[in-house]
Amino acid sequence: MSKRIVIDPITRIEGHLRIEAEVENGKVKDAFSSGTMVRLIEEIVKGRDPRDVWAFVGRVCGVCTSIHSLASCRAVEDALDIVIPPNAELVRNIMFGVQYMHDHVVHFYHLHALDWVDVVSALKADPKEAAAIAQRISNYAGNSAGHFSDLQKRLTKFVESGQLGIFANGYWGHPAYKLPPELNLIGVAHYLDALEWQKEIVKVHTVFGGKNPHPNYLVGGMACAINKDDASALNAERLAMVGRLLKEAKTFVNQVYIPDLLAIASYYKDWGAIGGGLGNFLVYGDLGRNGYRDPSSYQFPSGAILGKDLSKVHEVDLRNDEEIREYIHRSWYDYADGPEAGLHPWKGESTLNYTGPKPPYEHLEVEKEYSFLKTPRWKGHAMEVGPLARVLVGYARGREDFKEVVDKTLQHLDVPAEALFSTLGRTAARGLESILVADWTLEFYDELLTNIRNGDERMANMERFNPKEWPQTAQGVGHVEAPRGALGHWIVIEDEKTKNYQMVVPTTWNASPRDPEGKVSAYESSLMDTPVADPEQPVEILRTVHSFDPCMACAVHLYDEDGKQVNRVQVM
Amino acid sequence: MPATQSKRRTYYDELMERGYSRRDFMKFCATMAAYMGLEASGAAQISEALMTHSRVPVIWLHFQECTCCSESFIRSSHPIVADVILDKVSLDYTETLMAASGHAAEAAMHKTMEEHYGEYILCVEGSVSTFGGGEYCCIGGRSSEQILQETAEGAKAILAWGSCACNGCIQAAKPNPTRATPIHKLVKGKPVIKVPGCPPIGEVMAGTLLHIITFGTLPELDRVGRPKAFYSKRVHDSCYRRPYYDAGLFAETFDDENAKKGYCLYKVGCKGPMTYNACGIMRWNNGVSYPIQSGHGCFGCSEENFWDNGPIYRQMASFPGFGIEANADKIGIAAAAATGAGIAAHAIATNIRKRGILSSLQEEGKDAEEKLDNPLT
Repeated sequence: MSKRIVIDPITRIEGHLRIEAEVENGKVKDAFSSGTMVRLIEEIVKGRDPRDVWAFVGRVCGVCTSIHSLASCRAVEDALDIVIPPNAELVRNIMFGVQYMHDHVVHFYHLHALDWVDVVSALKADPKEAAAIAQRISNYAGNSAGHFSDLQKRLTKFVESGQLGIFANGYWGHPAYKLPPELNLIGVAHYLDALEWQKEIVKVHTVFGGKNPHPNYLVGGMACAINKDDASALNAERLAMVGRLLKEAKTFVNQVYIPDLLAIASYYKDWGAIGGGLGNFLVYGDLGRNGYRDPSSYQFPSGAILGKDLSKVHEVDLRNDEEIREYIHRSWYDYADGPEAGLHPWKGESTLNYTGPKPPYEHLEVEKEYSFLKTPRWKGHAMEVGPLARVLVGYARGREDFKEVVDKTLQHLDVPAEALFSTLGRTAARGLESILVADWTLEFYDELLTNIRNGDERMANMERFNPKEWPQTAQGVGHVEAPRGALGHWIVIEDEKTKNYQMVVPTTWNASPRDPEGKVSAYESSLMDTPVADPEQPVEILRTVHSFDPCMACAVHLYDEDGKQVNRVQVM
Repeated sequence: MPATQSKRRTYYDELMERGYSRRDFMKFCATMAAYMGLEASGAAQISEALMTHSRVPVIWLHFQECTCCSESFIRSSHPIVADVILDKVSLDYTETLMAASGHAAEAAMHKTMEEHYGEYILCVEGSVSTFGGGEYCCIGGRSSEQILQETAEGAKAILAWGSCACNGCIQAAKPNPTRATPIHKLVKGKPVIKVPGCPPIGEVMAGTLLHIITFGTLPELDRVGRPKAFYSKRVHDSCYRRPYYDAGLFAETFDDENAKKGYCLYKVGCKGPMTYNACGIMRWNNGVSYPIQSGHGCFGCSEENFWDNGPIYRQMASFPGFGIEANADKIGIAAAAATGAGIAAHAIATNIRKRGILSSLQEEGKDAEEKLDNPLT
């Protein structure tokens, strides 16, 4: 007998995401992913000054903060052919690296870990044994028996208070939790350590962009002027602060995040065969050694992989009308040319047409339109974007740095390469690219110091900042390999104003509804065959959904095929 | 140590158990009192409250938002505010951090609504979409407005986090296609404290929440409902670049010679003169910097409908200031001509004098440098 599962709200994500799924014989047979909140920022920026748009679209997301602002600046600079100074490229790359490390660590500990770490089990741990384990896998200074013992006492009192706060109603004790108590204790301790750390690393954004979340960007470069001899510009003190924070970030990634990731993964190797999904991967590329305008210098190489075939990497062209298209066949939008049409983002439309049930509702009409997300396709293919895509493309391109971290990890966990195509592989890839990004970011920082030492103190190119210098019409595209995957912004400028603006964001690629041909996107594909031991506590579904690091918030309810909540009926 | 009034453990108990000394505790209370703009006796009130109150339940809703407010909240750098969710409040519902999903998450919220009716604090991040039947923002199949009304009923107070909840922010910018609506327009008969900003400073959020918890009363609010402690001063009046404004010294564009010297950003669009916020005083991320210090003008993110207050890089026409009623260009012209008569000219002359003082100070610095270079001259 099949049951309809509805997950809404899915927590520990950004935004509002809802999953409805058919469960049969303890496995997901079909799944539907829905975004249930819309703001239409693309409509709001129409008619506005293109130089301001980075600030508007930055507010698409405060978790992957800075990423949309960067994409927007690049789109406008592309349209107006503005070349930014090397220092601005470097500062943007450093901020980008910081965003990666922050986002990935916060995702691992605060958004994803509770799917694998049983907080209540940590109460039973032997702190001395926990310290011994932690010290075997890392030389992190915070792994003392005293530290774990203090934490355990604190946690015990917290639980005894009866006020469980964010840990209330978790799926503690679920048979899917496999870690020994000591590893659970280590996980909880580092959850709190990471919470402390994350507010430090973002100070790099504050130095360059004045604040975090939502640091400031500037079309033409960056606003943080360099002046070795002024207290309020980038000087030796400011740069030293950045340098210290970047080194600390690298330490945290390598001494805490990665050892924990590997230790936890070693107990969940079965998840190396679950949640694989599409097998198609898309990367736009980013972090140019020689600047954004030179894709051949990207640390994250671009490319597409189809059908898990790593022997062939396809080239990707964001400007080609035939390659990237968005569909609305199963979304709550209208296109002028009808619901079957697919539009390249430069010609994109965002006209809402809600046809779903009137709230309050128990389930969506998934056989019709069911999401506020559009459905992007590359040459007609559904594609997965994100850390796994980036690591696979880097690997398939033959890059030694990618090969080294991937092969080492496969060997450490003693799993076959096929295990990469999975929920576990996706979660591991996020850690592996963090190792690389931590190194690259320090290299960009060294380059910035070298430039300044050599007398280059330019930070912005303001030659074409004045709209009077612009052509009457222009169009541009800016892309960023955001932490969650390939992000593109397309702008059309006319008479000094934004005529059209379209964003195709990573979660749109991954979480979108079906296309006109009925092909599923990455979330829906990955959830197929996911085991669900207890429909009341669908921790397995959360594991796979969270492995994508969704950037929209949702929740999951369980329904039977009559649309009644499972928790009110006897599960057969 | 005073006896606790119930079996439920207090903040003080927790801190002592965590190895903080009583001295640490009193320092913390004094610092928070200073943050909240209280007299010295305020520290005693805080310490009394922290020693006798158990963790206050908090329900934190997420509507039309980008989660920057939650992110800012966890950036709060106060010595122990990073531990706020374990030690100070019982954060019983927040979609960003809570372990449970789906009906388990909603059950946690309903438990708090029932067991702590009239006691819990409702934090709202995001605006409510009132278009149609509320279909543009649904959680668990219910509209944001339905959820807001249900949870507001038993709340002791409502904190409107960030500009989204206070004025609709980005999604309420023209043409406001989803009819994004701020919280205070929908909730009746409950105090709504506005903590605007995109996002607000983390320590401002923590400080406001702590005020309510420790005193059981609302912080003093200004006429539009913002805590006076953090929103009673203009960014312009607390800006360290203010002397350059007064002296008529401005960056003409980004990265020019004057920008590199840290001159005033008024002419490149800074909205500090019309923005009420604590950025210039507290700064961001534990005092590291704030937008102006990092070279970009303030664009007024804590002000009502700031997205529609004109383009970011357009210079404000003119505004009332402390002793200055002229705009920057006029000051510049007057300074160049070195003329002046009457009251307005007095202000300008004052400022020209300030410019003189500034430049002579700079010259003094250079003189000192030369002496260092040539100790014998």
